[in-house]
Amino acid sequence: MWGKEERKLFTEVIRSKWFGFSVGLFLLLLILPFFIPRFYVYILALIFVTSLLAMSLNLVVGHGGLFQFHHGVFYGVGAYTVALMLKKTSLPMWTGFIAGPILAAIIGFIIGWFCVRLTRLYFGMLQISLGSLIWAIVFRWYSFTGGDDGIPGIPMPPLLSSLKSSYYFILIILILCLIAMYMILKSPFGNTLQAIRDNPQRCEAVGINVKRYQLIAIVIATFFAGVAGVLFVVLERSVFTELLFWVLSLEIFIMCLLGGWFTFAGPMLGAGIIVALRTFVGIFTEYWTLILGIMLILLIFFLPEGVMGYFQGIFKPRTRETTKGGNR
Amino acid sequence: MDFSAFSSQFLVGLSRAMILFVVCAGLSFVLGVLRVPNIAHGSLYMIGAFATFSLTKLIPGSAGFWIALIVAPLLVALVSLIAERALFCHLYQREHLMLLLFTFAISLILGDLVKIVWGAEYRSVSAPALLKGSISILGASLPRYNLFLLIIGPLVAMALWLFTNKTKIGKISRAAAVDREMVGVLGINVSWVFASAFVIGCYLAGVGGALVAPIASITLGMGHSLIIEAFLIVTIGGLGNMWGALVGSLIFGLTQSLGVLFWPQFAIVFPYVAVVIVLLLRPKGLLKSVW
Repeated sequence: MWGKEERKLFTEVIRSKWFGFSVGLFLLLLILPFFIPRFYVYILALIFVTSLLAMSLNLVVGHGGLFQFHHGVFYGVGAYTVALMLKKTSLPMWTGFIAGPILAAIIGFIIGWFCVRLTRLYFGMLQISLGSLIWAIVFRWYSFTGGDDGIPGIPMPPLLSSLKSSYYFILIILILCLIAMYMILKSPFGNTLQAIRDNPQRCEAVGINVKRYQLIAIVIATFFAGVAGVLFVVLERSVFTELLFWVLSLEIFIMCLLGGWFTFAGPMLGAGIIVALRTFVGIFTEYWTLILGIMLILLIFFLPEGVMGYFQGIFKPRTRETTKGGNR
Repeated sequence: MDFSAFSSQFLVGLSRAMILFVVCAGLSFVLGVLRVPNIAHGSLYMIGAFATFSLTKLIPGSAGFWIALIVAPLLVALVSLIAERALFCHLYQREHLMLLLFTFAISLILGDLVKIVWGAEYRSVSAPALLKGSISILGASLPRYNLFLLIIGPLVAMALWLFTNKTKIGKISRAAAVDREMVGVLGINVSWVFASAFVIGCYLAGVGGALVAPIASITLGMGHSLIIEAFLIVTIGGLGNMWGALVGSLIFGLTQSLGVLFWPQFAIVFPYVAVVIVLLLRPKGLLKSVW
């Protein structure tokens, strides 16, 4: 379990300059709920949930190079699974929390199995199609999923009854998932995945089963999206069909773009910016999507590498070249 | 289930398929030439419907609808021309993903602009006097407007065929769909070919919006639900293939309306199931993709 590779990775992490910053941020987030109003605690928790979702998407989009256009479906599946299990069955509450991500990963496997046979845009279009099928079922199955009314008032275990305890639960799960994702990306599997993104033909030629790797990546990413869905239910105690709609999926895409595709933490930054902006702009105007659209155009024109990518480009222009230069 | 119910659902499905075809042919045309799934297509369709609403309010009598049928798509084409020349044409060198996200941004902006101009209420347009009432065909009574759609659909298909096969610009855009570098090498201004293809595609979205106005409630969300259907249709038809869009629209429209006969609550699911079956058998669509 704790072999040489892991030890090496561990010391690498400890020594990196981001480590101190991350630990500091984590400690700050731990004590913050005692000093800020309830509303901000809620917004922070929402940012955590959305961050996890954006990070899971970036596993396949930024690091895997796949056009995962309908990632929101898996988020919704995770959320709906836990919601239905808590509301309609008398199973122990925690089983729903485990079933959500697992069902999301199963759906991810099924949809991914169809999609990986195709490439790029065809992949994306097929995924939108199959994802919309799930949306249509949830939208129409009034007796089971509540249709477009959604499911309000989901009971929570007593441990998660207050906002503060939900906040800590979400934060801890987020940190665990981030560590897991980081280890996945630094593992041989992660390296292979990024190699496939950069040059699928060459990977195919050296004997890598490209499609299998992509499928595994999709399953992992959809699992984490399911976790994000569960955390959403923990925070909101309700689910609605917008979670599975394609507009949300593309919004997550924007978060990844805004933060920076090729960075690890970029999507979290993007999610934070978008959620915070939506909340505070929403106070002043109802035309939030107009602002989001204008922001996206500005981003495409002036900052295609994302905020994080931009700053990395300023501070260390060399590293990018050494990591990506080999495959021109 | 009696025969008249079946034939009435069949004809309604067919007329619904005609509207879908008009919209999807536009989407497919843009996909073929520019290779960008234009997410804003649904919003342009919505603008077409809202513009039809305003024009019929502005011009009294049944003349309003006929004028709107011509003017509203032109307005949509104008909007798309502005978006293309002002912003989109600077992005052709970029990655495809950026182009796609750009069209998403346009759809977000247009969605809110529609909200600012027309508000969030439900609107409806009444069909012109000539097309009111219904007639009976095959033992079923069919609204005259649906009959009108059944005539318009093939007309649009024919016009498109003539355009892409007989006119110079149509031929050039077909060539650009296959090999855009070669078209550029031959000294043709590819940027304008792209612009005209984009505008023509969006014009068709406007036509679809104007056509759907009398038989649907015009709302803010109509573009969002349509674009998914349109994506499915062009995917099962073969990306960029206009006849594929026709086949896909027929499959989609008919499964949806006939599904109502079997399982009303889940009629919306039938077309999606049909799509999944088609894609299982032919992952790249029924007809040959231009890519």
